[in-house]
Amino acid sequence: MQLNTKDKLQEKLVFTRPQVLNARPHHYCAGCGHGIVHRLLAELIDEFNIQQNTILIAPVGCGVLAYFYINVDGCEAAHGRVPAVATGLKRVHPDNIVIAYQGDGDLLAIGTAETIHTANRGENITVIFINNALYGMTGGQMAPTSLVGQKTKTSPYGRSAEEAGYPIRACELLATLEAPVFIERTSVHSVKQIIKTKKALKKGLSNQIAKRGYSFIEVLSMCPTGWGMKPRAAVDWIEANMVPYYPLRNFRDR
Amino acid sequence: MSKKIFMRGNEALAEAAIIAGCRYFFGYPITPQNEVPAYFAMRLPQVEGTFLQAESEIAAINMVYGAAAAGARVMTSSSSPGISLKQEGISYLAGAELPAVIANIMRAGPGLGNIAGAQGDYFQATKGGGHGDYKMIVLAPNSIQEMADLTLLAFDLADEYRMVCMILGDGYLGQMSEPLVLPKPSQKHFDKSGWALTGAAGRETHIVRSLRLNPEDALEKLNLKLQEKYKIVEQKEIRYEEYKTEDAEYLLVGFGICSRLLKSAVNSLREKGVKAGLFRPVTLWPYPSRALRNCAERVKKVLVVEMNAGQMVEDVRLAVNGSVPVDFIGRMGGMFPDVDLIIERINSYAA
Repeated sequence: MQLNTKDKLQEKLVFTRPQVLNARPHHYCAGCGHGIVHRLLAELIDEFNIQQNTILIAPVGCGVLAYFYINVDGCEAAHGRVPAVATGLKRVHPDNIVIAYQGDGDLLAIGTAETIHTANRGENITVIFINNALYGMTGGQMAPTSLVGQKTKTSPYGRSAEEAGYPIRACELLATLEAPVFIERTSVHSVKQIIKTKKALKKGLSNQIAKRGYSFIEVLSMCPTGWGMKPRAAVDWIEANMVPYYPLRNFRDR
Repeated sequence: MSKKIFMRGNEALAEAAIIAGCRYFFGYPITPQNEVPAYFAMRLPQVEGTFLQAESEIAAINMVYGAAAAGARVMTSSSSPGISLKQEGISYLAGAELPAVIANIMRAGPGLGNIAGAQGDYFQATKGGGHGDYKMIVLAPNSIQEMADLTLLAFDLADEYRMVCMILGDGYLGQMSEPLVLPKPSQKHFDKSGWALTGAAGRETHIVRSLRLNPEDALEKLNLKLQEKYKIVEQKEIRYEEYKTEDAEYLLVGFGICSRLLKSAVNSLREKGVKAGLFRPVTLWPYPSRALRNCAERVKKVLVVEMNAGQMVEDVRLAVNGSVPVDFIGRMGGMFPDVDLIIERINSYAA
């Protein structure tokens, strides 16, 4: 059987760029997890057919240019204020799909109050939390999620629990609240976990479409540049160091 | 003839916002502006609006940012320390060219200060309390009627120029009650379909942002565009009041609640044959510099009176540019300037 004609090859295409993922080079470093999560989100926006209805809020941090990569209405927010901006947008347009995309410094340090209170109000939004255990954009400083002993620009001798406290587990914290309908921690360090991440994101978006309320998906994500290691080593570092401290599981599914 | 009603300043402001079509309010409790959120909490559900008590002033201003980006008429209110917390958000609103209305019912500072009315936030409001080169339109009411009228105007100005418009009142104006006629909506329509976030159905996507990294849409270009807009506002939106200035030899200058004292000082001085007049800026930015200069050039001396250590007086000195001596009386900590002292000071110029 001949397979080398152009038409037949196209018929066999099983992997294409999602429609809403813009065909432009992105700024993420090699081995970074953001690109994977962007792609999963783009696939889901296509699958739910919600491109014309979605508003994506980008954080201050590495995800700040997300609105250049995913072809939906986009909004910037001041550092930590993504959930507040999302609240304002959603209250005006309750039928739009509002996605809050945040990093760990944004969501758990400067924006802790907004994170907790937006979840506590049960705003009908989907929060995607990229946990890479440091501040990537500013050059790799210690984040609230940096592990004890982890060396960063601002913890050059390793994070000391005595001085900086212990890393905060966002899902466990939010699971103490009544209002959230979905809380899950996944990772993008393996194919299996990427599939689980897509499932969790899908649940988070379908909850919002069905107006069920607040969904929170934490994604452990590689930062080879910030961690000072090669992409392959970064994948292993998540498995060896992050997963034991940040258990990958569902915390709430109503 | 519209009916006169008796209302508290903070409530008149909130009702005027509802008349203006504001259906979203995000705020946080702080004295002496608490009647504003309480009134919205009571009224907005009646008109299918949304009142939300935020977890902080910072969250509130960023909810305003979100609702403004969504294309809604939206406002927040606070008092001095709370307005300080909102400054980053105000800079972001300015950078993203989002229209919003903010009321600052000023209290005395610095720090926690006290809850009495004061005018110590003039610099913060007019010179830009947040980072970067931006301006907001600042309106200074001096009566409950103006608390309502200027609030209505604030929404139109905010939408027309896609700017933040601040109503700079104070604790006395917020707390006191006076008769007023509620204003009628302006009926102006502002098309936000070219930039508001609604989902990109049948159009290119909209992005609300102030980040400018690429040379082709460099940050300086955004700044030049903003400065052009501010120039137009300076040409078109200056507002002020003159009282008995035609033949005045001594000119009193004050804004907000303070101008009420100055008016009674002018009346008392006129009764004694002293030709005093009052110039009251209503827009604190854009500042009515030219009108003030024209007025001041005809007098022997200018006396600026404020409830602060001397803030607007700097803009008066810039406006008159040395053409006439400028004196100053100020009280701080929520204290009122003494009218007798003002009269005495003017009399001392004549002696």
